[in-house]
Amino acid sequence: MLTLDRVTKTFRTGTFSGSSVTAVDRVSFTVGRGEVVTLLGESGSGKSTLGRMILGLTPVTAGSLTLGGEPVRSGREYYRRVQGIFQDPFSCFNPVFKADRVFALVKEAYYPRVSAADWRGRVERAVRDVRLDPGQVLNKYPHQLSGGQLQRLLIARALLLDGLEFLVADEITSMLDASTRVDVLNLLGDLRERGLGVLYITHDLALGTYLAEQTVVLRGGRITERGATEKVFGNPMHPYTRHLLAAVPRLGVDWVDAEPVGSCVFHDAGAEGELHEAEPDHFVACAQLPGCPGH
Amino acid sequence: MNAMPPLGEPASEPVATAQPASDAGPPLASGAAEPSAPLSPTRETLHYALRNPKLLIGLAVVLVLLLTGLFGPLLLDGPDPNAYSGAQAVGPSGEHWFGTTTFGQDVFAQFVYGLRATFLVGVIGGGIAAVIAMLVGFFAGYRGGVLDEVLTMLTNIVLVIPSLAVLLIVNAYLGVRSVPVQGLFIGLTSWPWAARAIRAQTFSLRTRDFVDLARLSGSRTWKIIFREIAPNMSSYLFMTFILLFGGSILIASSLDFIGLGPTDSVSLGLMLQSAQQWSALQLGLWWWFVPPGVGITAVVGALYVANVGLDEVFNPKLRES
Repeated sequence: MLTLDRVTKTFRTGTFSGSSVTAVDRVSFTVGRGEVVTLLGESGSGKSTLGRMILGLTPVTAGSLTLGGEPVRSGREYYRRVQGIFQDPFSCFNPVFKADRVFALVKEAYYPRVSAADWRGRVERAVRDVRLDPGQVLNKYPHQLSGGQLQRLLIARALLLDGLEFLVADEITSMLDASTRVDVLNLLGDLRERGLGVLYITHDLALGTYLAEQTVVLRGGRITERGATEKVFGNPMHPYTRHLLAAVPRLGVDWVDAEPVGSCVFHDAGAEGELHEAEPDHFVACAQLPGCPGH
Repeated sequence: MNAMPPLGEPASEPVATAQPASDAGPPLASGAAEPSAPLSPTRETLHYALRNPKLLIGLAVVLVLLLTGLFGPLLLDGPDPNAYSGAQAVGPSGEHWFGTTTFGQDVFAQFVYGLRATFLVGVIGGGIAAVIAMLVGFFAGYRGGVLDEVLTMLTNIVLVIPSLAVLLIVNAYLGVRSVPVQGLFIGLTSWPWAARAIRAQTFSLRTRDFVDLARLSGSRTWKIIFREIAPNMSSYLFMTFILLFGGSILIASSLDFIGLGPTDSVSLGLMLQSAQQWSALQLGLWWWFVPPGVGITAVVGALYVANVGLDEVFNPKLRES
């Protein structure tokens, strides 16, 4: 189980690090085993930064991030349990090497004693698990494969680690066409069946609802609303969430600019970033709700 | 369509797994065909290297000149290339292959010894500069932050040091004037621009996702730099070395010209400078300056051609066209 407790990230910028930008501000939620959580937010909302912090690629400024009670520490042992898949499959493969090198790196780091033939068998099984034909995708250069194939190879790579507990999937479908998207999402669903926790980061509302039990809506680095997916989407309470839902294009309806988000948004939650529990399993940042600590 | 045979596949296997370079549809299913055993990366690189005419021609020219420099002196009569050979300012003949200078020195003997000195100064100067530039460039570009600021500052300081003035002072104190020392000095002062170039390139490569993916595979900084980033810019790095190599030769010849060169030998740059000094062009002694000029051009040019070939060998996208 991955637990985030008031996780904050501040980037220092400017000459002599004079100014700073808070990308993620006191974000708390948990992802259990076999659970898919969607992290929804617009560009610049801090969702990718959050994913990178979970992966240990970006250090946390404040707050705590724990996996099964242990603090997150980047390193070989941690990455045996937690893996990530990134947005751009073309950028994830080193163009001068064959695509299977991503598997070779895993073998080198985690399974040095496994014989070459045995490993080959494992790779082929993992590749078949993501519904690819090993004969078509192995021993090829990245530019000879399609984005969907590359993205699946990355999922296959994660499957090779048998101790895997958690997967961060950062915008993994945004570079894929619609027909491939559902396939890749279904693969994530399969991972859930294996007991993996998945953080699915996206800006796409429709895809966000497809898999997730829980949804977290992020804006300007803060959570505006989170809870069970059907509650967040069925009964959106925060003006920003409503705004997002209103922005989904509908057939036959004129697309007018949605009303500006209410003035309360940035004084949001109380000073400690706690959310208001609107109903069981549904938390909302202050949006002029009765009982909100800001009012 | 691709003219190269698919690698690592026995000739008897059906071509079902060949690359679908321009096929509109998805590649033909290979059906039950076993995926072929991949060739090891080293052997594959060698496979393409041995079939690349640019690389082979470039290396052949460099090798011929290098061997001339290494073994040519053994075939000459005397150990001193600057000795009086018996005839002054005569053109190329059977006796003096490249003719003689105004002072009766054999140009061929000078050329052969000069090649030696030129290669030596190029390898030492270019090699030292390339190593420093890579270390500084890779670590500044990859690590960023304070380390980057410190290394960039150091680079800029060395960049603006007037190397000629420093050389004058060093020379006055040490008084050592051999080709290796000259190469060492050139190497220690000519790396900054290359370090900046490599830093910039590393900076752009480190934000690519495959670097993060390597970290997620437990790779450490050294490994990521030398196994993920450096291979991506191998042609760029080799180009840097070639430019530093050529630059060292040219810097050496200008140092020779102002009297700070090696006093105990001859180099191609020294030959050019003395030909210019003694008006070889005006006197029509073309054989005095053409061989060293052609020599320098051939070495640097052949290395450049070899680099274009190397780029094709290392970059899989350039292999197919």
